[in-house]
Amino acid sequence: MSSATILPATVEPQWSLPSRGKVGMLCLITAESAIFTIFVVAYIFYIGKSLSGPMPKEVLELPIFATICLLSSSITIHAAIRALGKGSLAAFRLWWLLTLTLGSIFLIATGREWHHLIYDKGLTISTNLFGTTYYSLVGLHAFHVSVGLIGLFTIFLFALFGIIRREHTERVDVFAMYWHFVDVVWIVVFTVVYVVGR
Amino acid sequence: MSSESIALAAVSEPSRTLSDMLYSWVTTVDHKRLGILYILYAILFLVIGGIEATIMRIQLIVPHNHFVSPQTFNQMFTMHGTTMIFFVAMPVLFGFANYLIPLMIGARDMAFPRLNAWSFWLTAFGGLLLYFSFVGGNGLYGAGSAPDVGWFAYAPLTAKAFSLGHSTDFWSLSLLVSGFGSIGTAVNIIATIVCSRCPGMTLGKMPLLAWMNLVMAAMVLLAVSPLTAAQIMLCLDRFLGAHFFDAQAGGSAVLWMHFFWIFGHPEVYVLVIPAFAFVSEIVPVFSRKPIFGYPVMVAATIGIGFVSMSVWAHHMFTVGMSSYGNTFFALTTMAVGVPTGIKIFNWLGTMWGGKLQFKTPMLFCIAFLFQFLIAGLTGIMLSAAPFNWQLSASYFVVAHFHYVIVGGILFALFGAFYYWFPKMSGRMYNETFGKLHFWLFVLGFHLTFDFMHIPGLLGMPRRVYTYEPGRGWDLWNFIVTIGALIQGVAILIFVGNLLYSMFRGKLAGDDPWDAWTLEWSVSSPPPEYNFARIPVVRSRRPLWDVKHPEDPDWKYE
Repeated sequence: MSSATILPATVEPQWSLPSRGKVGMLCLITAESAIFTIFVVAYIFYIGKSLSGPMPKEVLELPIFATICLLSSSITIHAAIRALGKGSLAAFRLWWLLTLTLGSIFLIATGREWHHLIYDKGLTISTNLFGTTYYSLVGLHAFHVSVGLIGLFTIFLFALFGIIRREHTERVDVFAMYWHFVDVVWIVVFTVVYVVGR
Repeated sequence: MSSESIALAAVSEPSRTLSDMLYSWVTTVDHKRLGILYILYAILFLVIGGIEATIMRIQLIVPHNHFVSPQTFNQMFTMHGTTMIFFVAMPVLFGFANYLIPLMIGARDMAFPRLNAWSFWLTAFGGLLLYFSFVGGNGLYGAGSAPDVGWFAYAPLTAKAFSLGHSTDFWSLSLLVSGFGSIGTAVNIIATIVCSRCPGMTLGKMPLLAWMNLVMAAMVLLAVSPLTAAQIMLCLDRFLGAHFFDAQAGGSAVLWMHFFWIFGHPEVYVLVIPAFAFVSEIVPVFSRKPIFGYPVMVAATIGIGFVSMSVWAHHMFTVGMSSYGNTFFALTTMAVGVPTGIKIFNWLGTMWGGKLQFKTPMLFCIAFLFQFLIAGLTGIMLSAAPFNWQLSASYFVVAHFHYVIVGGILFALFGAFYYWFPKMSGRMYNETFGKLHFWLFVLGFHLTFDFMHIPGLLGMPRRVYTYEPGRGWDLWNFIVTIGALIQGVAILIFVGNLLYSMFRGKLAGDDPWDAWTLEWSVSSPPPEYNFARIPVVRSRRPLWDVKHPEDPDWKYE
């Protein structure tokens, strides 16, 4: 309280610091990257070390369609934010809904893949090391997609009821950083699980 | 200020006020109150962890002792290690960071006050979960059992087959929960320092405490997350039958070691860098000189942050790595000594030619300098792989890392307690009892941990619940236990001093040490909003500029 009086106010006119939302999200992404790194290392370490089948080559198929959906959702969320920044709320809602749909398609595709692996191929998390590392790495990513979808859906509801306006662009953008991160992680997971590990 | 003052208020006022007061503490998002909650919580667990250590030392005072059973002894060293690292050291350092950083950088609160509260309560419930294992560790059988797998919980000891019941599950889940709390706090500290500095406080003018906590928080993000990942894997193994660490299915027990120590070694620096931060604030004030080599201090801190990420496998020399692995980790471990040595010379350079004032905080910092140096030297000894093969898992190692954690970190923490107690409580501590605490603790510390090296060199392994007489270990163990008891008495004096001074100490005023950082410009204790008007700074020592307008620092920086 006394500081104001004892410290002379010779303010330089410009004093701007980064936004706390973006910095906070970047920190969270750093921590999440470290978590994913450990799971990826475990996956790579155990490639080809399963003592019994099924092996990745026999059961895994490239999830091309799901991958295209998830990666293009990064483009649609970017378009949504640009629309919001320009103040066109209708376009924002449309792009946002598209993002939500694409993300949901990805999650459904993962679910179908798991159903196929569990019921048709007999691969569970306790079958062998491949099952252990596959379900945990892909599952960790799917969990992040699910959290992202909950966020996308919540923001969509806000948008429908007109709570989100142009001045919230930066906050929505912070959320979009998370969604981009989930997409980038999928590129790593796809490469490791379906390209290198097969 | 503390739970005690809450209880006192309850006596004199109607009970509605007590519940209001409790409610306001439980729901608080104020960084100062959360900081104090962290610190009180850590002190509670310090007492619990200290009791566990005392039980172990009483068991080992003479050979063939029957004070506790081998099973209980295993639980004691597991709970002691886990408690002291995760529920004493981390929370108390987070508490000081929470309390001090916004005040020192001229901010009204942390960047995310609600995240702050959330992180604290996660940590708090993580600790409760760990201790609930004493009641519920065996699951449905009724009688509980605490974790007994050691604080680093090597596989396959943690597998279902070797660790029945739920004690290991409690251990794993509590660290998972408190790990999320730590990550939340780290995010908050970084966002606060990057985004909430007052006008004029460029990165080069920040107090060193803020700089070092910034590095600490970045290390928490990179080091605690791997532990979280490893705990998820362990839970998958134990609950869903996965095979990450199951050697019978091709899994690797060594992988757990790597994952644990990728967390475990940087964790040492997560704890010691805030201790460096305290010393870097206290030594200049009681030497009446600005810190020597500020930019080099910052660079050394960042250097330690980087190098300490690549030393983890020096905990695993005896596992049987390749000679390249051994060489790499021996060299990186020795390399950490370089930036750390730079820091020690900088503190000495600060004291050199200064008008030293031997108040209690300064005494603890000087002891820190000597003891941390010795701890570093035994660290260099252990970094030599062949020497390590001989002494790994002996009492020499136990003595080494307690020298770091008690002789280094705890001494710096005591210094910080005495230095900032007037700010937090508004009252001065008793200097005589502070000095008594210091000298008793120095005596107890050196009796315990100097002499603990010797049975280690003579071959006494760690974690044994008793030993044969006549191996030359008896006398040393006796001395070590006596030292531990003296430390216990010293800590009682410390707690008593703080409690007494909280109510009876003489008023401290805003700035009892004639210090230079912004927290001393506000009243003691500071108002809820910290600064009525956000200050503007022009140098690293804004209060010096105010007190000496004829010769301000900013003319020279």
